[in-house]
Amino acid sequence: MPPAAAASSRRSRAAHAEPHWPGVRLHVVTGKGGTGKTTVAAALAVAIATGGRRVLLCEVEGRQGIARLFDVPPLPYEERTVAVAPDGGEVFALPVDAEQALLEYLELFYKLGRAGKALRKLGAVDFATTVAPGLRDVLLTGKAYEAVRRRRKDGAGGERAVYDAVVLDAPPTGRITRFLGVHAEVAGLAKVGPIRGQADSIMDLLRSPQTAVHLVTLLEEMPVQETCDAVEELTAAGLPVGGIVVNMTRPPLLPGPTLEAAARGALDREDVVAGLVASGARAEPHVVDALLAEGRAHAERVALEQAERATLETIGHRTYELPVLADGVDLGGLYALAAALREQGACS
Amino acid sequence: MTGPFTVRDGGADDAGTGVDGTPAPDSAPFDAVPDPPPAAPDDAPALLDLDTALAEPATRILVCCGSGGVGKTTTAAALALRAAEQGRRVVVLTIDPARRLAQSLGLRELDNTPRRVDGVRPAGGRDGGALDAMMLDMKRTFDEVVLAHASRERAEQIFANPFYQSLSSSFAGTQEYMAMEKLGQLVGTGRWDLVVVDTPPSRSALDFLDAPGRLGSFLDGRFLRVLTAPAKAGGKVYLKAFNAGLSMVTGAVTKVLGASLLRDVQGFVSAMDTMFGGFRERAEATYRLLAAPGTAFVVVAAPERDALREASYFVDRLERDRMPLAGLVLNRVHPDPAPELSAERSLAAAEVLQESGAHPVTAALLRLHADRVRLSERERRLAARFTAAHPDVPVARVPAQPVDVHDLDGLRTIGAALAAASGAAPG
Repeated sequence: MPPAAAASSRRSRAAHAEPHWPGVRLHVVTGKGGTGKTTVAAALAVAIATGGRRVLLCEVEGRQGIARLFDVPPLPYEERTVAVAPDGGEVFALPVDAEQALLEYLELFYKLGRAGKALRKLGAVDFATTVAPGLRDVLLTGKAYEAVRRRRKDGAGGERAVYDAVVLDAPPTGRITRFLGVHAEVAGLAKVGPIRGQADSIMDLLRSPQTAVHLVTLLEEMPVQETCDAVEELTAAGLPVGGIVVNMTRPPLLPGPTLEAAARGALDREDVVAGLVASGARAEPHVVDALLAEGRAHAERVALEQAERATLETIGHRTYELPVLADGVDLGGLYALAAALREQGACS
Repeated sequence: MTGPFTVRDGGADDAGTGVDGTPAPDSAPFDAVPDPPPAAPDDAPALLDLDTALAEPATRILVCCGSGGVGKTTTAAALALRAAEQGRRVVVLTIDPARRLAQSLGLRELDNTPRRVDGVRPAGGRDGGALDAMMLDMKRTFDEVVLAHASRERAEQIFANPFYQSLSSSFAGTQEYMAMEKLGQLVGTGRWDLVVVDTPPSRSALDFLDAPGRLGSFLDGRFLRVLTAPAKAGGKVYLKAFNAGLSMVTGAVTKVLGASLLRDVQGFVSAMDTMFGGFRERAEATYRLLAAPGTAFVVVAAPERDALREASYFVDRLERDRMPLAGLVLNRVHPDPAPELSAERSLAAAEVLQESGAHPVTAALLRLHADRVRLSERERRLAARFTAAHPDVPVARVPAQPVDVHDLDGLRTIGAALAAASGAAPG
């Protein structure tokens, strides 16, 4: 882990918990659909950038989710600043487009300026990115690899990485192992040659301690089940699992003993009626019924959440919790989530 | 318009769409529409009457699409079960069901074969209904396509090709195409009078709509000929500026892919050569099947910003291809259980109690209620935005269930809620 030394010198600037992921350069964020993985990826990018670092946030699903989160117009295929992190960091964003990535890749690695254009004219680019859609994954992961490895002159005669870290808003958990393993597949196909070399280097990075695959989940049965399955699959494929981010948690609104009574449907109806009268609200039977039912549903959900939390603990990876934002995620909320991740040590 | 569904007019909004059907960057209408005032009854969407649609013999195919995590598979299974209990012979094709849902349908392994679901109870004197369920095995489906179009010998050659092995089992995207291929096969057997299909949880789930056009341009293009030309041994050809044209490209391809991979790809393409025409025909046939009046697309969403934005994208995409859209299923809606007690009044009452120190349980319940009312209002606003952007799309609302669905009774509850959604007042 060569960057470890550099990371530890930077760590002194961190105001909160010791970062849990010091040597990690590529943070892959996945999660079941609807768990908020793009939000968590963006918050993680801000968290890592805090304190003066440069972080690239890549999006691969063509949804322009990053632009929406940072409240900027749709982004072109170009790395540009979308946010300034606390204490001088910068977050750059890149929506990776498979066709652009292919042409750039051909140009960069094979100097195929003219031939690249000819390939496009012949429909080869369309073929590679759509008719054989799996090649999309090859290009998307290849682009993330290139961003991690890119270097620039540091002004003192040496070189340093352009980005201190790359955060990849990756496909959902159901597809993640296949997505990250696509270059192993390519390496199997191309026995020799530059493609083989490239594929091997990419797999080396993805399987190294410089990569961490973080999983976003909710405290619900299916997302938790998918998280457990994905951890198993990733581990079997030799891909390093990072943290589990439990998103959109809410604190129980009822005190412990009340919660138990509510779960049993044993709340004191007379007391609720008296309370409503004392508060000046109308104590209509229908309203009382509704309040009692809501209390019970809440208690049942809290119990389910506790069971899911216990399941997640059995996986044995670090977990982080992010609260639900009452008014949905806006820019302010994103910074609050970034601060919460940082306080819990979810940064590099 | 014929058929049981509200058949939408695709309209003249095709401007800006590439001839190859490149997806529009995003559904601008959804973001452009400001929040309408809440609870304006005149703006309420038409109700999606799924029960009538399910019972209608003219309905042969039901396709559920939507982003991940919105309950798409559950909706597909619930609709299939309901149709079966109303007396239809139904098969449901699921892509990647949650384990317990799969078990409840009797699906223990991914064997690409429809299996009878036990425990289907015909409702009210209706007879003859039955439900089969299956999980898609994309590799096996791809193999079947190859076998259908090639001699046994040629097929073996293709199966042994490393490029084919990766394409058919590992690459994303194949799933979308194979789901539609399987749909075509199931309809083709004539064994069922309703086929319900779940789609993969991604935007590319509708990529199959582009398949005929793409395969066509690919087959008619020169790239195929380049690939099927004999491999060039060297890779330096492209350097010679005067040696332009195809050899340059072959050289480039060789250099990028490596000679052995190129040989594999060429081997694959030439072995598949005779089959591509058949592929195109099948893709075109499936496309026609989907566009026909007997098909209904149901877009599934949850009342959340991102899910509804994706739903908007799907609706636009289907309209652009003039696919028969039945409507939107809005899952996991949180109705307001006591509209007479507003969030503001509920919080004010809670504060009164908190100051007096009495009745802490009632105070907590009042805060809980205020939260719930706000959630309910937010969901209504989001749904109203969708309807403002797509005023003609009928909507069915399904209330949130306290626990995840993993048995037939749970599916029945969802099915009943879907049916009730078309009879009850919205909100």
